[in-house]
Amino acid sequence: MIQDVENRAKNPDTAVSNARGDKLWRYFVIGLPYLWLLLFFLAPFAIVLKISLATPVVAQPPFTQLLDLSVGAQQWLLATLDNYRFLTEDNLYWISYLKSIKIAAISTLLCLLIGYPMAYGIATASQRRRNLLLMLVILPFWTSFLLRVYAWMGLLGKQGVINSLLLKMGLIDSPLQMLYTDMAVYLGIVYTYIPFMILPLYASLEKMDLSLHDAAADLGAKPWQRFIDITLPLSLPGIIAGSLLVFIPAIGEYVIPALLGGLDSLMIGRTLFDEFFVNRDWPLASAVAIILLFILVIPIMLLQRVQRES
Amino acid sequence: MRSSSRFVLSAMCFGFAFLYVPILVLILYSFNQSAITSVWGGFSLRWYSALFNNDQVIEAALLSFKIAATSATFATILGTMAGLALTQMGRYRGRLLFTGLIAAPLVMPEVITGLSLLLMFISLQELIGWPASRGASTITIAHITFSMAYVAVIVQSRLTGMDRSLQEAAMDLGGRPAQVAFDITLPLIAPSMLAGWLLAFTLSLDDLVIASFTSGAGASTLPMVIFSKVKLGVTPDINALATIIIAVVALGILLAGWIMSRRGRQEEK
Repeated sequence: MIQDVENRAKNPDTAVSNARGDKLWRYFVIGLPYLWLLLFFLAPFAIVLKISLATPVVAQPPFTQLLDLSVGAQQWLLATLDNYRFLTEDNLYWISYLKSIKIAAISTLLCLLIGYPMAYGIATASQRRRNLLLMLVILPFWTSFLLRVYAWMGLLGKQGVINSLLLKMGLIDSPLQMLYTDMAVYLGIVYTYIPFMILPLYASLEKMDLSLHDAAADLGAKPWQRFIDITLPLSLPGIIAGSLLVFIPAIGEYVIPALLGGLDSLMIGRTLFDEFFVNRDWPLASAVAIILLFILVIPIMLLQRVQRES
Repeated sequence: MRSSSRFVLSAMCFGFAFLYVPILVLILYSFNQSAITSVWGGFSLRWYSALFNNDQVIEAALLSFKIAATSATFATILGTMAGLALTQMGRYRGRLLFTGLIAAPLVMPEVITGLSLLLMFISLQELIGWPASRGASTITIAHITFSMAYVAVIVQSRLTGMDRSLQEAAMDLGGRPAQVAFDITLPLIAPSMLAGWLLAFTLSLDDLVIASFTSGAGASTLPMVIFSKVKLGVTPDINALATIIIAVVALGILLAGWIMSRRGRQEEK
């Protein structure tokens, strides 16, 4: 570095080449990851949109080229929107979308109800314990998602741990059907997504000024009053961020309904997956994805706003 | 003890039990002699030996490790660059879009990411003939794309919280930006880069949906093999595999945590 300064004093040309080098470095650092994401994240969505307008054929790849100009413009438009018309006419897809939203919403609420007291407990624990507890929340997140879902198959199955325990204790006469039900899907989602709820809640609760509580207590506020008037409003950003972090990916969840849900637990992620891999109707699967994306635009934008503000 | 804190305490006990009991039961039953999950037939390692004699599982595990190591390394490089671009480079055109592109992969449902990447690969193949076939390389590209966003977020949060006086001093002494980045900034954020690499590695090792979409015929990663086995029900050898994976990951995390806390203590001295 010192050599650099000396060089510059001796030779004014290096200042010019330095400036050029700095600019190149800047272009490089910004440009490379930017281009990568444009190419492999943003551009693919345009292609999904394009293929959602194509017609399925039995071929490789299984869809027609888009602009077939041999037909009239009006006919072409009708033909291209065919996949979407099909989606609105077939009840299966409406039910899938609505059911996914319902399951994701209820799971989010359950995560909030279980996660809030946990986040509160961690945020008010002593500094030493706090790190250990946080680590305990994060650790399952690092272990395989697929295997954590699978763990519930062993617990909930007809020959599973819970059923055999209940049978042994004489509480039931025949095994309960717990696996392959909606309840199992809720359990699976809450179990795997709850760290996403606890962490933002903890972050907003940890920042809270505890002297506000003391002041309110001095003025005679009851514990539940202090909670409603102080804690809850101050942790609102964490509640919103955590809820969106659970809700958004849960809507499109595939693994959990596929392993824990029944045949009738139609979540849209599973419908899309089956449409693609089983029915091999790629254009229809793309149309399903585009509509799912439209459903998610508002929550995703909301999440970005909340995260920017914090 | 006040009633409210007793409520919080019992909620925490319940919550942590909820998080850990299923995993512990899974580990326990991986040592079960009996093939039926509900019956405890005594301690045995038979499922572990069955696992190590299963060539399909071993092959898939090796492929998954290769993909995870490659994609985590590239994701760490690109993600660190993205983190620098979002915190240290001031204003530039398209910065807002860039911020969105980093945040979106974190929440995007996997089915959408997977489907869109596959269709992208097929279109590219038609246009320029690359990628000629799908398999390990396309899965790696897909994994780099979503894990670089995670790395970027980790690096970014470290960079925003960092004292910039060292960097400013180096600039005042005539250091060029690239030099300052390599000599000052990168050593300072190395722990976050390590954390990012580890996260990218485990995310890649774990991914089923995106790999299923972007893989071609023949290339099956470990999660794809596991999924096809457990779709039909519980199999004890997968319990053994799960136990090994969980043990390796837990050891890795503890080791990384220990190294980082030691480093932190040394810096304090």
